[in-house]
Amino acid sequence: MKNRALLLYACGYLAFLYLPVLVLPIFSFNNSQFIAFPLSGFTTRWYAAMAADTAMLHALGNSLKVATVTALLSTMLGLSAAKAVTHYRLKGAGAALGFISLPLFIPDIVLGISLLLLLGTTGLPLSLAAVVLGHMLVCVPFALTVLIARFEGFDRNLEEASADLGESGWMTFWRVTFPLMLPGIVASLLLTFITSFDEFLVAYFLSGTEATLPIYIWGQLRFPERLPMVLALGALILTVSVGLVVLAEYVRNLGVKKPMVGA
Amino acid sequence: MKQRGGNSSEGYSLLAPALLIMGLALAAPLLLMAITSLKSQSGVFLSQGWTLAQFGEVLGRASYRSLFLRSVLISGAVTLVTVALAYPMAYFVAFHARRKFFWLVALTIPFWTSYLLRVFAWKIILGFNGVINSGLLRLHLIDQPLEFLLYNPFAVVVTLAHAWAAFAILPIYVSLEKIDRSLLEAASDLGDSALRRFLRVTLPLSMPGVIGAAILIFVPTTGDFVTPELVGGTKGTMIANMIEVQFNAAGNWPLGAALSLIGMAMVGVIAVLFVASARAATRAAR
Amino acid sequence: MSFLDISQVSKSFGGPPVVDQVSLAVSRGEFFSLLGPSGCGKTTLLRMIAGFETPDSGTISIEGEDMTGVPPHRRPTNMVFQSYAIFPHLNVFDNVAYGLRKLKLPKESLRAKIEAMLATVRLEGLGGRAADQLSGGQRQRVALARALVREPKILLLDEPLGALDKRLRETMQIELRALQRKVGITFVLVTHDQEEALSLSDRVAVMESGKILQLAAPRELYDRPTSRAVADFIGEINFFHASVREMDFEKVMVNAGLLGIVALPRTNVAAGIKSGDHILLAIRPEHVRFSVDGLAGEIVAATFLGERSHFHVRIAGRSEPVAVSGSAPPSGPVHLAFPPEKLMALPTGD
Repeated sequence: MKNRALLLYACGYLAFLYLPVLVLPIFSFNNSQFIAFPLSGFTTRWYAAMAADTAMLHALGNSLKVATVTALLSTMLGLSAAKAVTHYRLKGAGAALGFISLPLFIPDIVLGISLLLLLGTTGLPLSLAAVVLGHMLVCVPFALTVLIARFEGFDRNLEEASADLGESGWMTFWRVTFPLMLPGIVASLLLTFITSFDEFLVAYFLSGTEATLPIYIWGQLRFPERLPMVLALGALILTVSVGLVVLAEYVRNLGVKKPMVGA
Repeated sequence: MKQRGGNSSEGYSLLAPALLIMGLALAAPLLLMAITSLKSQSGVFLSQGWTLAQFGEVLGRASYRSLFLRSVLISGAVTLVTVALAYPMAYFVAFHARRKFFWLVALTIPFWTSYLLRVFAWKIILGFNGVINSGLLRLHLIDQPLEFLLYNPFAVVVTLAHAWAAFAILPIYVSLEKIDRSLLEAASDLGDSALRRFLRVTLPLSMPGVIGAAILIFVPTTGDFVTPELVGGTKGTMIANMIEVQFNAAGNWPLGAALSLIGMAMVGVIAVLFVASARAATRAAR
Repeated sequence: MSFLDISQVSKSFGGPPVVDQVSLAVSRGEFFSLLGPSGCGKTTLLRMIAGFETPDSGTISIEGEDMTGVPPHRRPTNMVFQSYAIFPHLNVFDNVAYGLRKLKLPKESLRAKIEAMLATVRLEGLGGRAADQLSGGQRQRVALARALVREPKILLLDEPLGALDKRLRETMQIELRALQRKVGITFVLVTHDQEEALSLSDRVAVMESGKILQLAAPRELYDRPTSRAVADFIGEINFFHASVREMDFEKVMVNAGLLGIVALPRTNVAAGIKSGDHILLAIRPEHVRFSVDGLAGEIVAATFLGERSHFHVRIAGRSEPVAVSGSAPPSGPVHLAFPPEKLMALPTGD
């Protein structure tokens, strides 16, 4: 009896979580300028209009560039740091990890403005490269978390066994280490990509004249007539994000016993 | 058979790139911000000498003080609402769900989508001509659109509570999951009803998760920018909005830096006090 | 020149030496064990043979060839790890075939070779099984097969049976021994389980704190331990404090306190003991007899173990009870006899 009430609550809560997420796709097909009930019939014209918007496409290109570079760099840094921390007994490893994870606890706005100050002081220009740097602040801790978990579940003996069975360092890496790390690496790439792709505030401060997609969307929000197109764009972004996250989660758990799931 | 204390220098060199970049992108800028807050803005440039004028300005002006107060109150409300709503959800997954993995993934998926888009979605849901109002009007449940939904602290709280839900669910879930089920069986065996068992065993043992969730939510929400900007109106602005103004429109970077530092310090102090008193309360309740 | 020669090898990890000037020689085809408690250095020594650790000093040679500087993948040794280290992303066949890649065997002969090895370790037909679907015993056999298929000169085993339950362990011990006899390869096994070492090995080196206490065949270790530590570690034993009165070539007179004056055969006395020394008299529980006369005692604990029972008998003048193993005693008051030919004389060790 208590279970039934809790189950209802759980479903209601889940509905609450998904409500805003679902509003976007629903109204993006709505044949009306106004985002309100009642629904006025199905249309895809907002999607068409969005696809034709060159400014939007340019911003999309920028976001893809930034997100890809951020994902690659963050994963690489995360990989070497994760290996360092799990394979060697390093003094101060805890402090180093804490420091690297600090950006997760500092408000985005502080990260944005302090990097702005850095650029101002050193005379470097506001640019997409600056955005990459800012995004890495947030993405490296994510990459680290995923990769450390992967390394810790990795039996060190496996590399020794491979050496014992006749494979040199490089072949051991290629035949054992890399295949086992690959799911972790892919998951890290996907998660950091999405994080960077969706990130708004830091990019807002650092991008200068080049807009990323969230900045473009922000710019559109003050024009009511453009809102349905923003919805269409948003719905697409949401779908892709969800897809990538589900994929990342699936990949991350390949070859690993189901983690943290009940006794 | 873990690491054999192997070549430590190799280890440090692997750690170095990440530390270097983070040092460059985090430590140096924060240091700069601290320095900037001790200067003042004269025209386009920063003044030469050092001064505490900015701090005086921030702490002295009533409007800034009330801004800080409002931010803290809003974040406090968000924390309370989020944690209170999340607890039963986490409890359900920890104790009653059969496919926990599915629930956990389902609960976290929304949070991997763009934060900006989610806030925007709330804006159109809560708006005067938005989804809720038009829906309620259509169903003839109200005659006039509800005014209190948007452009005020209420909207900010609702939006942030939604945005940070996962950060409450996961820590609480983890601490509930860790509770040894045999403790609950022992409590039953010793005469406790389900409610008593919850109050006397489950709730206290899940406190670390609850406290962790509270801090995890309170600290960042005080510094949030997007939500107050989009749905807060003039009545719901928070610290971050004022900071942004100083860095864009008003062009007073030292003031903005001082606002940031004081804001972070204040939040830090509150967080520490909260954790300390929560720990003391938990201990006293034994 | 022996097959495996370890000469004055030492190793430390920044503190006191973990392996301290150890020398030993293993013959071809021998089943050799390193036995000792955790931390005694046996695993480190094994890893040095495999090449995963480098000795600080001393040399390790295999068939006369000095292994210094030779990395693990070029040594004629193969190791069965304590955790088995089965590659999780490969199935059984690919795991076992892993080390044969370099040989570039044609597919058919590779398959035949692997199948034969799987049959030898009694895993026929399981080639396609995924690594995470194997039981503990199966994983152990995959690890064995994987190492043996490379036909190493020496097979190194690091506590291979530790993770198995008792029943399985006993079965595997018998299988391991049979396997070694069958393939004729030199085995070097590391274990802390003395029963295991004694039942499997041709010879055992008992180690403690980085040094070898005694190296001998199991029978000799059991019957003629040369130190208190070895006597204590192998099987169960009773100790009595005593001192040597006089010695000649045939026998030794010992003042054994509660046991009176006893005459031991000279062969039961460890080397280095001289007249006047304080010693420990040691006797195994199964050699202590219930008799009609002898030291009076009282049974304070009895454990039924099937064909024999185990007793703790308290005697006057001694706080620790005497362990006695045998069939049920006569009813009534209990007396213990200590046949002198079963008494061993050992140095006290301090």
